[in-house]
Amino acid sequence: MTTVFYGSRAWGLFHRASSSSSRVWTHPPFVGLSPGRGLSRPPPCRAAHSGVHRLPFATLSQQDRDFFQTLLPGRALTDPEVLEASNVDWLKSVRGSSELLLRPRTTEEVSQILRYCNARGLAVTPQGGNTGLVGGSVPVFDEIILSTALLNQVLSFDVVSGILTCQAGCVLEALSSFVGEQDFVMPLDLGAKGSCHIGGNVATNAGGLRLLRYGPLRGTVLGLEVVLADGTVLDSQAPLRKDNTGYDLKQLFIGSEGTLGVVTAVSILCPRKPSAVNLAFLGCATFPQVLETFQRCRGMLGEVLSAFEFLDSACMKLVQDHLKLTNPIKESPFYILIETSGSSAAHDEEKLHRFLQEVMTSSLVADGTVATEDSKIKALWALRERITEALTHDGCVYKYDLSLPVQHIYQLVEDMQEHLGTRAKNVVGYGHLGDGNLHLNITSPSHDPALLAAIEPYVYEWTARHHGSISAEHGLGLKKRNYVHFSKPAPALRLMWQIKSLLDPRGILNPYKTLPDRASTD
Amino acid sequence: MAGRVLVGVKRVIDYAVKIRVKPDKTGVVTDGVKHSMNPFCEIAVEEAVRLREKKLMKEVIAVSCGPQQCQETIRTALAMGADRGIHVEVSGKDYENLGPLQVSKIMAALAKKEEASLVIVGKQAIDGDCNQTGQMTAALLDWPQGTFASEVSVDGDGLKVEREIDGGLESVRIKMPAVVTADLRLNEPRYATLPNIMKAKKKKIASVKPADLGVELTSRLEILAVEDPPQRQSGVKVESVQDLVTKLRDSGTL
Repeated sequence: MTTVFYGSRAWGLFHRASSSSSRVWTHPPFVGLSPGRGLSRPPPCRAAHSGVHRLPFATLSQQDRDFFQTLLPGRALTDPEVLEASNVDWLKSVRGSSELLLRPRTTEEVSQILRYCNARGLAVTPQGGNTGLVGGSVPVFDEIILSTALLNQVLSFDVVSGILTCQAGCVLEALSSFVGEQDFVMPLDLGAKGSCHIGGNVATNAGGLRLLRYGPLRGTVLGLEVVLADGTVLDSQAPLRKDNTGYDLKQLFIGSEGTLGVVTAVSILCPRKPSAVNLAFLGCATFPQVLETFQRCRGMLGEVLSAFEFLDSACMKLVQDHLKLTNPIKESPFYILIETSGSSAAHDEEKLHRFLQEVMTSSLVADGTVATEDSKIKALWALRERITEALTHDGCVYKYDLSLPVQHIYQLVEDMQEHLGTRAKNVVGYGHLGDGNLHLNITSPSHDPALLAAIEPYVYEWTARHHGSISAEHGLGLKKRNYVHFSKPAPALRLMWQIKSLLDPRGILNPYKTLPDRASTD
Repeated sequence: MAGRVLVGVKRVIDYAVKIRVKPDKTGVVTDGVKHSMNPFCEIAVEEAVRLREKKLMKEVIAVSCGPQQCQETIRTALAMGADRGIHVEVSGKDYENLGPLQVSKIMAALAKKEEASLVIVGKQAIDGDCNQTGQMTAALLDWPQGTFASEVSVDGDGLKVEREIDGGLESVRIKMPAVVTADLRLNEPRYATLPNIMKAKKKKIASVKPADLGVELTSRLEILAVEDPPQRQSGVKVESVQDLVTKLRDSGTL
């Protein structure tokens, strides 16, 4: 099956797919904006890739606005300038045309909002920090934006168990600082930490840099408070480490990308802050050497290993050129970042130094440096964490986040380079090697439909052939919803639609996202 | 005229760490807190190593004054390229009272003992912010000084130093032996790479006591109290100019 463009067909209760009077501002997902300059307004157009038509939801009336302004005085915003930031995603690649931004402060307010919208048939897009990379966090048409920005209270933190309970709009970095004061860390860490909300992290089952050590959110989230489409508040909080009482409903909402319910509070298990953190930044000549180093690392560093990331020389060049960062070691085809976290500095340093000695003397590693001080650790992490930022300065970015068997991870980058030849400006690969997660990024000076056609579905077919996932951690959102069949069989997709219909019969929660357009699954 | 460079390196609390004041207000919490080499000292070491790499100097000696842990700081300097290290052992009460006057006496004594042609130190330490050690060392030795150096070059039998001053940049030519203090833009310190870290393990660090150098450590300063800066008061938003004027009058500002 090669074609992945589906017109959105009627589903559920609606029997007409109408392009109603509301404006359609669906742009090609990768618009060639001048890199790095604020926000420019691309003209509205309906690119073949999106093929999205507005479903027959209600349109916002004065009565609706009055209701919300009474419910949330001063927090029901209609000013287009304020809405601008929430209508466009972080990559500046998709733009919605919402006319109303709501900022509830309590679960009760969220419940009332959804009850009203469900009754009226108004579509809603839940929005956290708006840092998602697949266009899932912004409206496609005029959906009402339900922001968690003011749901930002920490509710409780138990220093004995390490269980943190907080509202969904708490910024991840703020939570890290908060639990950090008590000597704990958040079990996840990602480049977007300064802006992303924990509710959004949960809704997208965010992965990140610490997954290798602490596991996914599916394991560390102990409880959720979710508001369903009809306003029902589902409290599966129970901040308990073990609770085998019935079906584990919270797992449905983790990773549901706001399509099954709105997360309003989270209970999460926080590990103790490691007292000893070390970072090694190494250079390798070939990818097989990177893999071998990974295996040695697993063996020699074992339980203190907390992150294993890799990047290629093209990534290094990008951060050097666009962000003026310095390469601490001599130029190599591949770079590895190894982080150890433990409770004994002496013990960890000894292990790390023995490991480094081993890989240097066996010539697996050509050069490297080590850091134990916070300032240097931050500087070295920046080389990996800021690649995404550097890419946005390089032109139009085509992003792919794939899970692949570890030994094949870089093969895709090389195959893609060969396949595209000179059509692309840059083809780079980096990612969470330890988790088998490749971030493949391709850039071009401006949006190039021919290039896009060469990349997709080639990249998805390649991934499917190797039994990988077409979206390891970024989720499906708007951009990848129609490719999910490359990684999931039809019966699974049918069941997903059934669950969606059960929990959100009117389909008001984050429509046009996550699930493939109905036609493909019938 | 390749001589010896003496570089002073100080072990300080890492600049990315959040500082906490001790409850008894006698100082800041240092136990269990991450320490590293003072950033300006790193720049000083880098400059010294570059001079040696250009064959303008023949040997770089890294010096640190303090307890046992200072040896780690010296090792870092060795990993960056210094040839050998000297650890001046100072601990306990003496270490708490160790300030620029005492350190400069030590540096002066060592400069004479090692027959150094050049002493480079960071312009200031990020804990004390004194900005005095380099200047005092030069005075004790009666050597010329090029402070706040943003560029250093050898000029015949002396040095040409570009200094960062309030009005801009000042060029001075000083004869050697001399003291230079490193400012931020002098260079970008290299990372210590693994091969060099391995090599550094074999380099020598000599231990010496201040008494051996004829230096007496008593301080003429007494720390009375160390306190947090006052909490920032949150601002108040006003609706109109009239409100603003009223509020300013009420607070006595107008």
